[in-house]
Amino acid sequence: MSFTRSAFMRRLRGLMFGLPGMLDCREFEAFMLDYLDGQLPAPQAKVFERHLRMCPECQVYLAAYRTTVELGKAAFEEGDDGSLPDDVPEDLIGAILAARAASDGLA
Amino acid sequence: MPEQDLIERLQRSDEKSGEEFVRTHAGTLLRVARRYLPEDADAQDAVQECFACAFASISTFRGDSGLGTWLHRILINICLKQLRTRKRRREEGLDAWLPVFDSADCRIESLRSVEPADVLLERREVRARVRDAILQLPESYRLVVMLRDLEEYSTREAAETLQISEGALKVRLHRARAALKIMLEPLLEGEK
Repeated sequence: MSFTRSAFMRRLRGLMFGLPGMLDCREFEAFMLDYLDGQLPAPQAKVFERHLRMCPECQVYLAAYRTTVELGKAAFEEGDDGSLPDDVPEDLIGAILAARAASDGLA
Repeated sequence: MPEQDLIERLQRSDEKSGEEFVRTHAGTLLRVARRYLPEDADAQDAVQECFACAFASISTFRGDSGLGTWLHRILINICLKQLRTRKRRREEGLDAWLPVFDSADCRIESLRSVEPADVLLERREVRARVRDAILQLPESYRLVVMLRDLEEYSTREAAETLQISEGALKVRLHRARAALKIMLEPLLEGEK
């Protein structure tokens, strides 16, 4: 059954990741931010990438994490679907200019 | 009017240029303020305060950035100051939205594949759903995502702005992004 096979493969990987010079998935998680920011020193980046090559779960996770970050950056881009109308009430404009005039008058 | 001319006129307190300046930037600033301050009255107050600061300090504007960028930074600081002065409600944690590991510290990942971001963004409703997810994050996590990922502050700048350590910022950012990933999982797989 695929569920049992998946759990078995994960158990095998778990044994491998416990070997010297290997990261387990929880340690991989801890290094992710620095790796994506290019801040991981080269030797640690190599170990990180070694885990990534051997772990399909972390491959999908990293891809999903990167996509999530890209979507987040795009989410508030100007002129997308108009859900936040760019309307500025005239009384706000008036209040801003009146405050400036008052401030200039006092200067 | 070219921006350099506008700056010079503003520094001379030219009235017409002041109006042009406000009308050019107010819409964008209000849109940004609403991301941080969902109550419209608060967002409008922040925009008004932003322009007041800008007019008061235009004489010292050095032009290291464009006027829009300069205003944007002033506005963010005003919004964050408003949020800090509010009585903080006890925040929900993100425990329900963290990655799952088995007893051997192996990841248990529910996704099998991920659609590329550019493909997902072709769908009209995706941006709105991502915005909703970000706005659902507890405030301390949402602000970190907004400053680092949306406003593109560096780790150091974001930490200073939020008055937390860089280490704390990195932990919050990673947890916030991991939580967003889980919230958006149905979308990431390219659900129909």
